[in-house]
Amino acid sequence: MFKRLAEAGTPVAITVDGKPISARSGDTVAAALIAAGIDHCRTTPVSGAPRAPYCLMGVCFECLVTVDGIGSRQGCLVPVREGMAVETQTGRREAGR
Amino acid sequence: MTSAPDLASSYDLVVIGAGPAGLAAAALAARAGLSTVLFDENPGVGGQIYRAITSSSVKDRAVLGEDYWAGAELAAEAKASGALIVTGATVWSLDPTRVVGVSIAGQARLIEARRVIIATGSLERPFPIPGWTLPGVMSAGGAQTALKAQGLVPSGRTVLAGGGPLLWLLAAQILRAGGKLDAILDTMPRGNWLRALAHLPDFVLSPYFSKGLKLLREVRAKVRVIRVDRLEALGDDKLREVVFGTADGERRMPADLLLLHQGVVPNVNLAIAAGVTHVWNERQLCFEPVLDDDFNSSVPGIAVAGDGGGIAGGTAAAERGRIAAIAAVRALRPEASVPDVQIVRQKLQREAMGRAFLDWLNRPADTFRQPTGNTIVCRCEEVTAKQVRDTADLGCEGPNQMKAFLRCGMGPCQGRLCGLTVTELIAAQRGTTPAEVGYYRLRPPVKPITLSELASLPIAEAERKAVER
Repeated sequence: MFKRLAEAGTPVAITVDGKPISARSGDTVAAALIAAGIDHCRTTPVSGAPRAPYCLMGVCFECLVTVDGIGSRQGCLVPVREGMAVETQTGRREAGR
Repeated sequence: MTSAPDLASSYDLVVIGAGPAGLAAAALAARAGLSTVLFDENPGVGGQIYRAITSSSVKDRAVLGEDYWAGAELAAEAKASGALIVTGATVWSLDPTRVVGVSIAGQARLIEARRVIIATGSLERPFPIPGWTLPGVMSAGGAQTALKAQGLVPSGRTVLAGGGPLLWLLAAQILRAGGKLDAILDTMPRGNWLRALAHLPDFVLSPYFSKGLKLLREVRAKVRVIRVDRLEALGDDKLREVVFGTADGERRMPADLLLLHQGVVPNVNLAIAAGVTHVWNERQLCFEPVLDDDFNSSVPGIAVAGDGGGIAGGTAAAERGRIAAIAAVRALRPEASVPDVQIVRQKLQREAMGRAFLDWLNRPADTFRQPTGNTIVCRCEEVTAKQVRDTADLGCEGPNQMKAFLRCGMGPCQGRLCGLTVTELIAAQRGTTPAEVGYYRLRPPVKPITLSELASLPIAEAERKAVER
C-alpha cells in the first residue's frame, strides 16, 4: 500500500509477532507496520473483524498493538526502538481470557 | 528527554498541544517571563499541519510545499524561547482548578497551572461510509502524516475521496512525491456553490484564492476527478473495490487504498472534560467552545487557541495562540512587555478572509454525515447507523442515553470518530437540531492510562496519612 520515498533514517530492527521487520529511525510502530505491508494490526473485541491503522494521529485507536508486553498501546504514538517486540492483538480471544 | 519526575509541581502556564497555536503561545509566554511548559503526545512538535517539522524524511522541499516548511520558524522560536517542551507527553486530565494530569514514558504526574492554553487542534470529520473500517481504508490525514513524518507514499491502486482544501493538498503532495492516484472522487454537493457565492468577493481577495486555483489545476492535470453522490468500500478482510454513484449511474473501481477526507472539526475531548461550555456551529457543522476575544473559555484561567476553538486554519492558529498568550502574560505578569495585541488581531482578521467561502463550498453532504442501514457509526463498539436511528425512534433523546443503550462512544476512541455522527443522527431522527441534542459527556482520563501509571503518581506525606490507620 505504501512505499518509502527515500531511505532516510537508519535501520531499526524490531519484531512483529516474532518475525523480524526492518523499520527506520523516525518511524512510529504504526508507520513501520504500514511500511512493512502488514495488512492489519488487530482484530476487534466485538466481532473479531480485522483493523489497520486509520488516522495515524492518535485519534482513532485502530492501531492498538502490544509493545514490549504492554497491551493496547497506540502504535502511531510510539516511536520504534531497536529490539522492540510488537505483537498484533486478537480482540475476541483477549476479551475472553 | 524530560521525564515525569523532572517536571516542576507548578507552572505559570501549561500549553497542551505543540501545533502552530501551542508553539506560538508557549514561545511568546516564555519570552515574556512566564514559567511555561508545552506538552504534546506525539514524538515531535508541529501538530498535524507541521507534523515532523524538525525531523521529516522528505528532503525535497517542493513535495510538501513552502507553507509546510514555514512551520520550522515557529518550532525554532519555541525552542529558543526558554519554554520547556515535552514531547511524548500525554495529557489525560484537566480539571476546572487547572490541575493537569500528564503521562511521560509510563510515569504520571499532576501539575498545577496558573493558566492553561488548550491547543489540541482539530481532527478529521468522521466519514462513515459502508466499509470504512476495512484495512486499506484510511483517512487522508493519516496518509499525509505518513508522508510528512516517514516519507511513505501510497503505492498500488489508490483512490482519494471526499473534499475540502486538505484533500487537494494531499493529492498534490502525493503526485509531487512521485505517487500515482487512480481517481479523486469528489463528494462535495454542487449545490454548495449557491451558499458559497455570496462570499466569493472576500475569497478572491484572500491568499487562499490563488493558492487554491493553482492546487486544483496541478491535480486536475494529472488525475481523473469524478463527482459522486454515493460511496462504498468493498472487501472481505481488506479493501478490494470502491463502488460509487455518479450522474451516469453506479461505477466500480478496484483499489488497494482508499483515502477519505471531508474536512476537519475541533478536537473537543479535553476541553469538554475540563468543563468548557461548547456550542453548535451550523456553518461548520461541529461543536466548538464559547470563547471571548482573548480565547478565554467559560472556565476561569483556561483558554482554547487554534483550531480546537473553531476551524480557521494553521496560520490563523499561530495568531490565536499569541493572543491567548498575551492575555496570560497580562494576567500574571502585567509589567512584562508583550507584542501589541491589536497588530496580532489585525493579522488574524486577514487570515479569516475567505474562510466563509471555503466553509460553505466544502460543507459535506447529509448523505456522508448521516449514514443509514448497516454502515458502522461507532468503529470501536461496532454500532450501526440503523441501531442508532432505531434507538432514537424508541425515545432515546441524546448521545449520553445512547451510550447506555448501544455502548457507542464508549470504546477507546471515546467518541472522537462517532460523536458528531451520533448527535446528527439523533437530531435527524427526532426532527430537532444538533444544538438541542448536544454532545457526549466526556470525563477524564481523556486518553487511556494504565493502573501502573496512576500508581506512579507521587504521594505527599499528608495524603498518605489521610488514608493510613
